[in-house]
Amino acid sequence: MITDENNHVRRVLITEEAMEVIDTLRKRFGTDLMFHQSGGCCDGSSPMCFEKGDFIVGSNDIWMGKVYGCDFFMNEDQFEYWKHTQLTLDVTPGRGSSFSLEIPMGVRFMIRSRLFTMEELENLIPTKTGEEILEENV
Amino acid sequence: MTTLTLSQSKPVDRPKIKEKYDHFIGGKWVAPSSGEYFDNISPIDGKAFSKAARGNKEDIEKALDAAHEAFKSWSKTSAAERSRVLNKIADIIEENLELLARIETIDNGKALRETRAADLPLCVDHFRYFAGVIRADESTISEHDEHTVSIALSEPLGVVGQIIPWNFPLLMATWKIAPALAAGCCTVVKPAEQTPTSIMVLMELIADVLPPGVLNVVTGFGPEAGKPLATSKRVAKVAFTGETTTGRLIMQYASENLIPVTMELGGKSPNIFMKSVAEADDEFFDKAVEGAVMFALNQGEVCTCPSRILVHEDIYDKFMERVVERTKAIKMGHPLAEDTMMGAQASNDQFEKILSYLDIGKQEGAEVLCGGEKASLNSGLETGYYIQPTIFKGHNKMRIFQEEIFGPVTSVTTFKTVEEAIEIANDTMYGLGAGLWSRDAHELYQVPRAIKAGRVWVNCYHAYPAHAPFGGYKKSGFGRENHLMMLNHYRQTKNMLISYSKNKLGFF
Repeated sequence: MITDENNHVRRVLITEEAMEVIDTLRKRFGTDLMFHQSGGCCDGSSPMCFEKGDFIVGSNDIWMGKVYGCDFFMNEDQFEYWKHTQLTLDVTPGRGSSFSLEIPMGVRFMIRSRLFTMEELENLIPTKTGEEILEENV
Repeated sequence: MTTLTLSQSKPVDRPKIKEKYDHFIGGKWVAPSSGEYFDNISPIDGKAFSKAARGNKEDIEKALDAAHEAFKSWSKTSAAERSRVLNKIADIIEENLELLARIETIDNGKALRETRAADLPLCVDHFRYFAGVIRADESTISEHDEHTVSIALSEPLGVVGQIIPWNFPLLMATWKIAPALAAGCCTVVKPAEQTPTSIMVLMELIADVLPPGVLNVVTGFGPEAGKPLATSKRVAKVAFTGETTTGRLIMQYASENLIPVTMELGGKSPNIFMKSVAEADDEFFDKAVEGAVMFALNQGEVCTCPSRILVHEDIYDKFMERVVERTKAIKMGHPLAEDTMMGAQASNDQFEKILSYLDIGKQEGAEVLCGGEKASLNSGLETGYYIQPTIFKGHNKMRIFQEEIFGPVTSVTTFKTVEEAIEIANDTMYGLGAGLWSRDAHELYQVPRAIKAGRVWVNCYHAYPAHAPFGGYKKSGFGRENHLMMLNHYRQTKNMLISYSKNKLGFF
């Protein structure tokens, strides 16, 4: 069970390979990054990586925690169908087709999922809305 | 897992494709300002077959310069001339259909029988449709009183940005380019980075048909070339097909520039089979079985993939036995072989994503009725991106029932009543496509009306003719394509309110 400093079970984990890509992007853009999980066709159902603040989140987005220092968001409607699963941010060779920052590197962030156990479900990181996160960051 | 040994006809020859393609800007081939090109990988074998220009903001600006220059005259070109040009493009595609079909298959990985029978013939038809409608198109005039006349005239928006997906590279480009040009707009097109080549071959063929700058194509990566196009103050509209996060981002940029957008963002389309479907084992039953198996068309890489099968519980066994049997009979193989029914997924990241969904489907307890694994093909296809057509049985709250997998994967569940079928069908974020199969005349009208989706196929599926408006409800986006109403997504109304009275109002 991987927990945060408050002993809450993390909703989003990350692989070593994905951390390396984040390190490279942080260096290249000289800024913090954020993720927003997409839905829908083509490059959908994949996580999108942006410079922090580039994608405007709001009261209908759910903050699922930080992953390797990056805020990770998902739209509330989508979260309803995903919340019983733990996500792992991974990376794979590929092209993507969106504005996600890693695409020119020839790799694409992707999500692997597993079901939370009953025990874990009772001790998950509390979520916040995108709006609450923006207020905290002010 | 076993490796399938291919016993099939020999793949057709690959046409000669250039080593690299530049941008098409202002009617000329323009090298990327970065000087860089990127490999275009064919999903057939995972190997590079050409290079595309790596576009950036500077290239987008050049294309916008060319488009704005061209707009001065194209916006004033007669409907007859614009129609002639669109018809000419259609003729050229038709004359080169075999060439373009083969290149599209190499670029995207889909089976040649689909590019020959669907993608390219539809491109031809959509150009002809828009060539036709603008000849019959009229503005309106109304007489408010005997001295006052209002003319509502349509004027083109200007220079537009169009971002094209990779699942039907030429057809999706056609869906956007044909109405824009018909309406009198000029366009800067950014094709998907997975499939940047087939559209450049088309540009080579039609380069001399269009006035320079009317249609410009800049290849490159989303964050480097797509973003400067979507954020530009010099585009009057952005049309996008893709997914929800990028859709929102483009709308965010559009809000800064106060410009309109149209969005087509995918779906999770229900395909509903009512009890009456199995009343007889006849031609219609057979058609319905095929309708369920349509999830495998284009390897499932269709925004309207019928990825949820809803079947009445009384006919489940009889119907699904036949559907599984038909799915197992899908012949996978080399996409360029004429007897291949299903080809490769478009890219490695798509391939990996689909596998991750096969995994979560099994974890959630869905039963695998067929498929459920990658397909290991031999004969040079070992490094391509092949997935077995897969049917899961489960319930509508599972993630495989709610998320667009964009692969040859469908999930089946049962219902007891019409009301329950409608409730399950509408329990989704999306509302793009749906299918309804029934022999009951009342259901044929009432059920489609109750489904919250922009396109409901009734006793058919996956037909995309010009002249039938296509677009989404709910989070599937807004705006319609393939229909003359599309012209008004690329035009604005100039109202001239005219007084023919010589008398003053008498106010001042």
